[in-house]
Amino acid sequence: MTVYDSIDEVRDELLKCMKCGNCMEVCPVYIETKKEGSVARGKIRLIDALLNGDLDYTEGLEERIGLCLTCMACVAKCPCGVKVDKIIFGARAAIVKNRGLHPVKKAIFSVVKRPKLFNLGMIAGSKLQGLAFKKHVSVTGAHPRFPFGLDMRRIIPPLAAKPLRSQLPEVIKVPNPVKKAAFFTGCSMNFLYADAGLALVEVLKKNNVELTVPKEQHCCGMPLLAHGDAETVLQMAKSHVDIFSKLDVEHIITVCGSGGTMFQHHYVDMLKDDPEYAEKARRVADKIIDISDYIVTVIGLDESKLGTLNMTVTYHDPCHLNRGMGVKDSPRIILKKIPGLKFVEMKNADRCCGSAGSFSLTHYDLSMDIHRHKSDAIKATEADAVTTGCGSCIMQLADGMNRFNMNLPVYYTIQILAKSYEAKEMEKKQKS
Amino acid sequence: MDKNLINELVSLLGKDNVLTSKEDKINYSYDATPDVQRYEPDVIVTPASKEDVIRLVKIAAKHKIPLVTRGAGTNLSGGTIPVDGGIVLSMLNLDRIIEVDSANLTATVEPGLVIQRLNEAAAAYGLIYPPDPGTVTTATMGGSVSECSGGLRGLKYGVTKDYVMGLEIVMPDGEVIHTGGKTVKNVSGYDLTKLFTGSEGTLGIITEIIVKLIPAPKFRRSMLVIFDNLDNAGKTIADIISNKVIPATLEIMDNVTIRTVENYSKIGLPVDAEAVLVIEVDGSIENVVLNEFETVKSICTGNGAVSVKLAESDADRDAIFAARRAALPALAQVKPTTILEDATVPRSRIPEMLKAIKTIGEKYKIRIGTFGHAGDGNLHPTILTDESDKEEMERVHKAIDEIFSTAINLGGTLSGEHGIGMAKSKYMEMQFGKSGMDVMKKIKQALDPDNIMNPGKVFWRG
Ligand SMILES: Cc1cc2nc3c(=O)[nH]c(=O)nc-3n(C[C@H](O)[C@H](O)[C@H](O)COP(=O)(O)OP(=O)(O)OC[C@H]3O[C@@H](n4cnc5c(N)ncnc54)[C@H](O)[C@@H]3O)c2cc1C
Repeated sequence: MTVYDSIDEVRDELLKCMKCGNCMEVCPVYIETKKEGSVARGKIRLIDALLNGDLDYTEGLEERIGLCLTCMACVAKCPCGVKVDKIIFGARAAIVKNRGLHPVKKAIFSVVKRPKLFNLGMIAGSKLQGLAFKKHVSVTGAHPRFPFGLDMRRIIPPLAAKPLRSQLPEVIKVPNPVKKAAFFTGCSMNFLYADAGLALVEVLKKNNVELTVPKEQHCCGMPLLAHGDAETVLQMAKSHVDIFSKLDVEHIITVCGSGGTMFQHHYVDMLKDDPEYAEKARRVADKIIDISDYIVTVIGLDESKLGTLNMTVTYHDPCHLNRGMGVKDSPRIILKKIPGLKFVEMKNADRCCGSAGSFSLTHYDLSMDIHRHKSDAIKATEADAVTTGCGSCIMQLADGMNRFNMNLPVYYTIQILAKSYEAKEMEKKQKS
Repeated sequence: MDKNLINELVSLLGKDNVLTSKEDKINYSYDATPDVQRYEPDVIVTPASKEDVIRLVKIAAKHKIPLVTRGAGTNLSGGTIPVDGGIVLSMLNLDRIIEVDSANLTATVEPGLVIQRLNEAAAAYGLIYPPDPGTVTTATMGGSVSECSGGLRGLKYGVTKDYVMGLEIVMPDGEVIHTGGKTVKNVSGYDLTKLFTGSEGTLGIITEIIVKLIPAPKFRRSMLVIFDNLDNAGKTIADIISNKVIPATLEIMDNVTIRTVENYSKIGLPVDAEAVLVIEVDGSIENVVLNEFETVKSICTGNGAVSVKLAESDADRDAIFAARRAALPALAQVKPTTILEDATVPRSRIPEMLKAIKTIGEKYKIRIGTFGHAGDGNLHPTILTDESDKEEMERVHKAIDEIFSTAINLGGTLSGEHGIGMAKSKYMEMQFGKSGMDVMKKIKQALDPDNIMNPGKVFWRG
């Protein structure tokens, strides 16, 4: 039995909470609202009341359980080890079962869960986006022109002209492969930041890694899980476990914490009682590794390939990359090793940027209030560019630049590494 | 609650600042206190200014409605649970630092400010606000003044009441008074500042606080000392003080705590040790600090310490304090319910108290880990239990009764820093006798004749 089958399964987690309130220190939502209902302790009490029959599946409950970024800051802080994210996901699934899915979300998710349709939709979107979105001047982004149930002020980055996966062969061969890995692109890199994906492929090629990019892969399901559609996610989990367990690779590389966390933790958790999938899911999970860890710990950062980049860079820790997958050091190691690059740590680099995937769409103002702390921290570093390791954060950071009148470019760490490789090539050419 | 009254509150504060939903009532029906019943308020309000508070109090006074003031709700004595319903006032929106006055070494703040924010502001002037409860990053100034919170540095630097210099209070009739001020010397009239400090929201609502700041000590040295015998640890504590060294930190953990911490965080504590002391001396003259450190070290070895680990670097120090800080989290993970008491005895009676707690635990067959601020006699016997186990809870309650009577018999007190609230009021007469309680009751009745300020707290209702 999992928390998605029955909300009763969270009871043990609820019992662990001793109500000390330490979560109040770190909860980005609570820091803005200062209301007990928005912090983990408060939500746990509400779910407890629900299980004890003191509270129904009310709209108020749905609203409050919705007010969580699942940034896991409270999980990291909690002295009692309460897995708040698990409680929230479980509760959201139960709420959807009892109250149904919000109609706008339902429409979106029904497309997302059918990969072919989603792909088609996104490709069509990239051609038609000029109609639906108006371009924004300062950043690569656009305002939605027509309402589609989401906040109108949100800057949406332009869709890639061609999704990443359609630009790549299924297997990217190299002359003398030293390693074999699969690449889970995730939606944001596939549809929005294809350039970053190409940069990643270049870097791995230069390190003689043979990369398989399964065509059938699809959305990881995090946005659906975050909104309680656990049933669909279960299907997606099985499909992904099937797709990736077929491959003869040592590692599966991910490029966003949410996708990685889904494979590493949530799929395993959801499939733990399934005789056919439990073991398979665990084996897939064991192969999952973030690109920065892959470079630093698996293939080793080859300093002879690094060229000079004269820039000052800061790094934002994506919540699910840092607290979900435990990746914190490798991106910094990479950045610090690049000649000429000055790395400046921002204050509270591990604080949520407020994006939390679609949270930024459903709670735009709050999301931007939360983001203000991030953009202030970035400003204080006087960096020329921001790097991070998650597409959803990049979208939020870019939107924040626009909102708070800043103009820094935002990159994946891997893009900076690729630039450094390019700089080296140039240096070599100039010499010869 | 009367609909008209809610409307009156809404017109005063705006809709967003008057919460009446079932969910909100649940969310303001508890605080950090374990093993107590929850009670829901009728309405929760979030005032944003002193003026709001004054008008709210006047409305409550007119209708004789209970007013429960709430900071962060981290207290451990049920202090913010609205036992008679009524209005919960969440003070978190009054959170400004009005000034840091470096010439007078004071700060003036609003009550909803989180303690740590004051420390951050003071640090810019090389100053500190010493009271540091375990919840320094979450608890509010108003809550900690109202509980007179202590912390790890109580022995040398004192507790909250030693730093509160003046208060602005909205009295139960809505009148505003000012007590104390910025002057170090001040003997005009009764010391109302001290009366309100630690009064647990039962006498009035604090809307502004003037506190004393002190220069940050420049040097510190820390060590972790292990004993295989409790008496030796006790004698060490006494000897350190009688040798005129007052450490900033002098913390103790008993065997149950040591085992649990080691099991939880694998930091290399010997699980058969009977006691661990964490000691830190600090000051602004390096030589003095080093001399004190040597004195403490030789006292520890002289008293048969099994090992003395000195912090050679900041990382070492962090590791030592991490061991102490892990005590509560580690204990809290063992069983579903963690009851943290804070019975306090004169420091010379610490070994006796520790042994008595051990015996009580064995007698009632319950698991108690004890750690605490040995230097100031403030122990935290921590009972690891399960609220849903009725039979065990009966034994737990008997054990708690006995812990309190032991503390009082040793010349100590029910609560060193967590307050009385609703959780410990039944033991008050045991400590103060009837006449002592009568004096407190008369004060309460004189200031709050309609008993609207946090009713059901401090005084036992039977
Ligand atoms: C894990 C943990 C560790 C702790 N460690 C310590 C420790 O080391 N030392 C220590 O002393 N305590 C400790 N505590 C207890 C608690 O954190 C402190 O008492 C804290 O100062 C309470 O602050 P608060 O803002 O949470 O107050 P609350 O809990 O909100 O309120 C406490 C009391 O103050 C009253 N009150 C609040 N604001 C006002 C106001 N403006 N005017 C009038 N009355 C008001 C309330 O009515 C209530 O009676 C700990 C608690 C926990 C959970």
